[in-house]
Amino acid sequence: MEVGQMQGRLVDYTKSLFMEGFLDGQFLQLQQLQDESNPDFVVEVVSLFFDDSEKLLNDLTMALDQPNVDFKKVDAHVHQLKGSSSSIGAQRVKNGCIAFRNFCEEQNIEACLRCLQQVKQEYYLVKNKLEALFRLEQQIVAAGGSIPMMEMGF
Amino acid sequence: MGITAESQFHVLAVDDSIIDRKLIERLLKTSSYQVTTVDSGSKALEFLGLHEGDTNDPNTPSVSSNNHQEVEVNLVITDYCMPGMTGYDLLKKIKESSSLKTIPVVIMSSENVPSRISRCLEEGAEEFFLKPVRLSDLNKLRPHMLKTKFKDQNKKQEKQEEKADFESPKRQEKEEEQQHQEQLLQQQSSNNKRKAVEEGLSPERSRPRYSGITTVV
Repeated sequence: MEVGQMQGRLVDYTKSLFMEGFLDGQFLQLQQLQDESNPDFVVEVVSLFFDDSEKLLNDLTMALDQPNVDFKKVDAHVHQLKGSSSSIGAQRVKNGCIAFRNFCEEQNIEACLRCLQQVKQEYYLVKNKLEALFRLEQQIVAAGGSIPMMEMGF
Repeated sequence: MGITAESQFHVLAVDDSIIDRKLIERLLKTSSYQVTTVDSGSKALEFLGLHEGDTNDPNTPSVSSNNHQEVEVNLVITDYCMPGMTGYDLLKKIKESSSLKTIPVVIMSSENVPSRISRCLEEGAEEFFLKPVRLSDLNKLRPHMLKTKFKDQNKKQEKQEEKADFESPKRQEKEEEQQHQEQLLQQQSSNNKRKAVEEGLSPERSRPRYSGITTVV
């Protein structure tokens, strides 16, 4: 596949991620902060997000598994996850966290467990999508092409 | 002593989230500021040269020197929600310190709580940014940093003028111009403050999310 085709695929793929709500405008902000002096900025931030999130999801699983659930602690973790997902534009994860926090407030353990499942699901989905996106970018760069910038007309 | 670039402003960014620290650092560097990031309020105070147990009483002997600031900090931007010392606590400590109170402080928060916003502004914060912070938000920072530098230069200039015995009409003109410019900056910043509170009170945040950039066909 030649570079132009790959670039087209990348643009289409990225657009679909926005259309399906996986990513929001904040992700574009990240891309805009990337340049020749910081060519790996997006990958770096997103990698930090992956590490941070996986730790938080583990902490949440443990916290909700306790005989006496400390909802304050659970809420603190969810708050952190909501913040980081918002910072990279992982919209569905962020929205999942918002719902999660409401149930923390209600101290509804069943609902919290459901939310955790939901957030985990959304997290792994967006992780896969972003990894696929980065792979496409790598292929383009390896073939000597440049990463096209997104235009959001919709 | 190192050579400092006088035209460059130095911002101290405080956030317990490593992702947000990376983000704010990049945003600030893109805006041509020098950046130092720390992950807590106490580390921020340490960097600013204020140590635990320092009082504002000049008569109290302290082991560590109070004004031991290696690098000049022109602005502090801090997250609100942090474990231990919150951004609000940090703001208070800075504003209560005789050596640090002139440093402009900006608060960031992911939560849109009007009472929180007002409290911070009342305590002396220059701006309150909702997270995620954008490049456009950072454009609001420069006037605050210029204002402080301006005031310092103003004081120095006045001292010089007193010594040099300037003609009074020229001096008046200059002072008037400076006052006018300060007023403009004040107005600008107070407009921005109002904006932050207004944004907090409106039910929906409508912000242009996308900017047009070139596509590859």
